[in-house]
Amino acid sequence: MRTWKFGDNIDTDAIIPGRYLVIYDPRTLASHAFEGTRNEFAAEVSEGDVIVAGRNFGCGSSREHAPLALSGAGIRFIIARSFARIFYRNAINVGLLPIVCSDADRIPDGSPLSVNPKEGYIECGGIQYPIEPVPAFLQEIVDAGGLVEYARSLPEVKTCTGSQ
Amino acid sequence: MAATLVEKIFSRRCGHPVRAGDVIMAPVDCAMIHDITGPLAVQKFREMGGKRVFDPEKIVLLFDHQIPADSLPAAENHVFMRRFAVEQNIHNLDIKEGICHQVVMERGRAGPGEIVVGADSHTCMYGAAGAFSTGIGSTDMGFVLKFGALYFRVPTTIRLEIEGAFCPRVGPKDLILAIAGEIGADGANYQALEFAGGTIETMDMAGRMTCCNMAVEMGAKAGIVPPDGITWEYLRARRQVNPFTLSSDRDAEFTSVHRFDAERLSPKVAVPHNVDQVVDVEKVAGTSIDQVFIGSCTNGRFEDLREAAEVLGNRSFHASVRVLVIPASRLEYLKALRAGLIEQFVAAGALVEAPCCGPCMGGAFGLLAPGEVSLSTSNRNFRGRQGSAESLVYLCSPATAAASAIRGEITDPREV
Repeated sequence: MRTWKFGDNIDTDAIIPGRYLVIYDPRTLASHAFEGTRNEFAAEVSEGDVIVAGRNFGCGSSREHAPLALSGAGIRFIIARSFARIFYRNAINVGLLPIVCSDADRIPDGSPLSVNPKEGYIECGGIQYPIEPVPAFLQEIVDAGGLVEYARSLPEVKTCTGSQ
Repeated sequence: MAATLVEKIFSRRCGHPVRAGDVIMAPVDCAMIHDITGPLAVQKFREMGGKRVFDPEKIVLLFDHQIPADSLPAAENHVFMRRFAVEQNIHNLDIKEGICHQVVMERGRAGPGEIVVGADSHTCMYGAAGAFSTGIGSTDMGFVLKFGALYFRVPTTIRLEIEGAFCPRVGPKDLILAIAGEIGADGANYQALEFAGGTIETMDMAGRMTCCNMAVEMGAKAGIVPPDGITWEYLRARRQVNPFTLSSDRDAEFTSVHRFDAERLSPKVAVPHNVDQVVDVEKVAGTSIDQVFIGSCTNGRFEDLREAAEVLGNRSFHASVRVLVIPASRLEYLKALRAGLIEQFVAAGALVEAPCCGPCMGGAFGLLAPGEVSLSTSNRNFRGRQGSAESLVYLCSPATAAASAIRGEITDPREV
């Protein structure tokens, strides 16, 4: 288990280039993840690795192929200073956990890291970094394992009843 | 209590007042799916136990990213979506009409006060029609197809007030690039961008679409223009309308208000590899280019083609540049044909392609080799966006694209 460190504004074209959007299988998509921008990722990533990035991770296209490619590569957690809106929601919907951590820049590349979402921190190199909780309305989807599983449990939805 | 335009839209559709920050399950008035994100949305709809879509009349289905099918997998995806359309009794526009966002607008499928979603990030363009419209992923779209509703966190709003008239050969694309440069690539994350002021009030629908289209490049959930006479007139030709007033209250709460002077704007270029890396055209003038793309949902309308054609005149494009002109839709193509613009472009040496996304998403034709440089009227210049990760994409207006295509290098359109 290691961290893969990225900078700010990592867009979904970088995560999975447009020419692979005809593919929907997560494992096949994973073989092209970060192709052209970080070629060693697809070859070396292993189950349980964690992505750590700066601001605005996943900006750009709404392509769900991006979180699927990361999920297919065995990634379960993405830690960033902030996430682009559509990617954040797509990640949760497909069962990945995007974690907002204002100290993400301090976490080095290639280091072991433990994630404790329930306890509210991540640990790397003996240092604990606080993380932000997932918004309450999305936590239910996280707990279900994704939006498909969540939706299956709903017989119907009542519109405009979820005001908080 | 004072409310923003976006808060009013959600309040109106929900039947009770909602505020920014509220999380609501709101009904969806129109949902758009295309060939790239549609197949996965259908798969998720089925995995959710979906049998019949919520309302086939409220779904816009078409293919625009990889058309005509440019590979066997693309052809198979098209067949998959065609079967779904037949099975669900959804009218399928197939490959025939053009780019999804232009087609939704020109068919009047988005209107003031409505909530529209699309499985494509540039869905925020329909804010030009006074709708709250936002891009969503395929799984969210699967949910919408099944339930006809979706969770929304009502966004806060950043207000942009733009005053003044554009100088010759400066226009809406230069304005939105200038705004992106100031707000930044994530400066409007999770928020709505409201466009207001005299410049917007006199701007045509094509220009408003260009502005709203790029709201997502600042992270915005939606771009929106308060509906006015221009909006209602546009819609009247496309659907039944009952004009009403919808705008932010004077004392509504905005996250911030930014003011721009259109008169002082010069032509802008976004340089590789981020949309907020915006400079005056003089700064990059002389940069050699291999390909010029005039088109996309941002700048593929008749008005954009006319702007490029006016700069071109009866000249030819530079011999070393490949010029691709792609109208945003079949109807825009027809307008350009009838006005003689297509003949003008072809005579000047351009390749005019049938309406589609073209090179913008880097998945179909017009790809760039390593080291090549593209100047494009589209919306994204991310590394590898139009082909090789070793290529470069610059973004500009149709006028700057045409001027540069004549000279073979990035050129100030006021100089040609």
